[in-house]
Amino acid sequence: MASLAVLILVVLACLAAPLYAANVAHTDAFASNVNGTYTLNGVTKPVLEASTEGLGLGVNPIGPTWNITTFFLGADNQGRDVFARMLYGGRNSLFIGFVSAVICCVLAGIVGVVAGYFGKGVDAVLSRAMDVLWAFPVLLLAICLSVVLINTTITVGPITLTSSSLLLPILIIGIIYVPYVARPIRGQVMSLREREFVQAAVGAGAADFRLLRRELLPNVLPTLIVFLPLMTAINMLTESALSFLSIGVQPPDASWGTIINDGVGLLYTRPMVAIAPGIMLAITAVALNLLGDGVRDALDPKARLRGSI
Amino acid sequence: MLRFAGKRALAALLVLFAISVLVFLIFFATPGADPAARIAGRNASQETLQQVRESFGLDKPIYVQYLVMMRHLFVSRDLTSFVNRGSEVLPQVWAAIPVTLSLVIGAAVLWLVLGITMGVIATAARGTAIDPIIMIVGVIGISLPVYWLGEVVNLITQSRLHDSVFSWVPPLGYVPLSDGVGPWALRLFWPWVTLAVLYAGIYARVLRSEMVGAMNEDYIRMARAKGIGEWRVLLRHALRTSLIVIVSLFGLDFGALVGGAALLTEVVFGLQGIGKLTYDSLTNFDLPVILACVLYAAFFVVVANFIVDLVYAWLDPRVRHV
Repeated sequence: MASLAVLILVVLACLAAPLYAANVAHTDAFASNVNGTYTLNGVTKPVLEASTEGLGLGVNPIGPTWNITTFFLGADNQGRDVFARMLYGGRNSLFIGFVSAVICCVLAGIVGVVAGYFGKGVDAVLSRAMDVLWAFPVLLLAICLSVVLINTTITVGPITLTSSSLLLPILIIGIIYVPYVARPIRGQVMSLREREFVQAAVGAGAADFRLLRRELLPNVLPTLIVFLPLMTAINMLTESALSFLSIGVQPPDASWGTIINDGVGLLYTRPMVAIAPGIMLAITAVALNLLGDGVRDALDPKARLRGSI
Repeated sequence: MLRFAGKRALAALLVLFAISVLVFLIFFATPGADPAARIAGRNASQETLQQVRESFGLDKPIYVQYLVMMRHLFVSRDLTSFVNRGSEVLPQVWAAIPVTLSLVIGAAVLWLVLGITMGVIATAARGTAIDPIIMIVGVIGISLPVYWLGEVVNLITQSRLHDSVFSWVPPLGYVPLSDGVGPWALRLFWPWVTLAVLYAGIYARVLRSEMVGAMNEDYIRMARAKGIGEWRVLLRHALRTSLIVIVSLFGLDFGALVGGAALLTEVVFGLQGIGKLTYDSLTNFDLPVILACVLYAAFFVVVANFIVDLVYAWLDPRVRHV
């Protein structure tokens, strides 16, 4: 339950990003602020100060002030408020993670149930396609697809995807993990198909669609629901990795991965830019993983006896 | 068994072929992905584009391009880069392999030892506070973004505490094993730790789950009834059967990592391994290098899959008839 509370807190904080930026910090998290100033304790200073360390080259953005109204976590090299950007970035990270997890579970559910139920040719085709995806290291596949697709504008019918669209990372991440969820679902359906209650429905003359919908789907649904928080965590981490390699969410939009990427250049002078979003990411992923464990124990009490992962 | 192995080998070859086609299609036939436009640069004129197409053979039908590239890759083995024309691709891949192998093997030893120790201790300590603590540590390991962990490690060992506690940490980069085991291991120590954290967490959780399940089995009651000590029951009976799952996990993870999935660790620590090579070739869209790297990666994953299937069939004869 604690994990759910943490998760809700993180989500609420991220949803409140525009409120924070407009009313508390009075900052625009997406506009370059290289010549901006800030006022702290009655003293006004530029956000980017000429460096005094080493050779005195370049500029340093201000570090964390730990004052919630002005540059709580400092500024990035564009002079933008890191804390405000982190809240905004969390919206994208959470949104991409969750929506792609939903897409992944729905697709995997369809593929797994269809392959497991119809067997034979259908199963062979779907399973081989899964094998091919499976044999591709997931991260490499995601990177390949992102590199090709990120800077192009794709038009499919009425839908136009530009590089700034979040749909692209969502779809890529949603699809690459389908085999991981579809395989266990397929196995489950194959064993369900032999069970008495399904055989009884077959004997009663139920049509394929009715069998799928009334007998099989309700039985694989708990498995899919258990997968949902776990996949959300994995997908968020994947999204952040892609954004870290600058082939995920595109600037000036932010996600926790892009902010960590921004922070790498400032790592040794202003480490908080890279550290803070990573901690948010880790907290959210821990909460999601624990939530997944909790949901599994609740939906399948036997798992607790068997020993939960 | 031999027939099973033959069937599996054939399937593995088919999967490899399918992957090569898939990669080729991703880069050559995706809408909007015109390789000639990438090579020619932004806003190139039509004549330049035409020249590039001719010079790189991109004006030929797509299956001809595929066959030509495969012939260069496997038959004449003189596939050259699109970006640095004339530089051959295969030597680059060969040079990257020892780096990745050093990274992955060291990390694998670390995560197996850590993961199995954590899993066994958590199982032995069921019902006490130690078990959930170890499991929480495992969850945290799974939840840390690996590239972020690497950057934080760099921050601490290369900058913040470099003058005091971590003065023994050498600069980033790879030193070949032939320069001595000491410098080699010292350079790779933190990359090993960074890469191992995630997998140690996964393996600890999976192993505990398997072992706790095994502890309810009849053969454990049998072993206890014979008067065997609790630790011996745990290690010789429960751990042994539970390790089957770890073996299959390990095969897949190891294959994927050697195939380039350690990319983030390599990028963060500046190691010129397969993952870094793939990443660099992706960023400058060097198609022959990408194709070589990804096929190499897929080869390792498919081989690992194949070996895992065989080990499984050997451990559990029922699988052979599926």
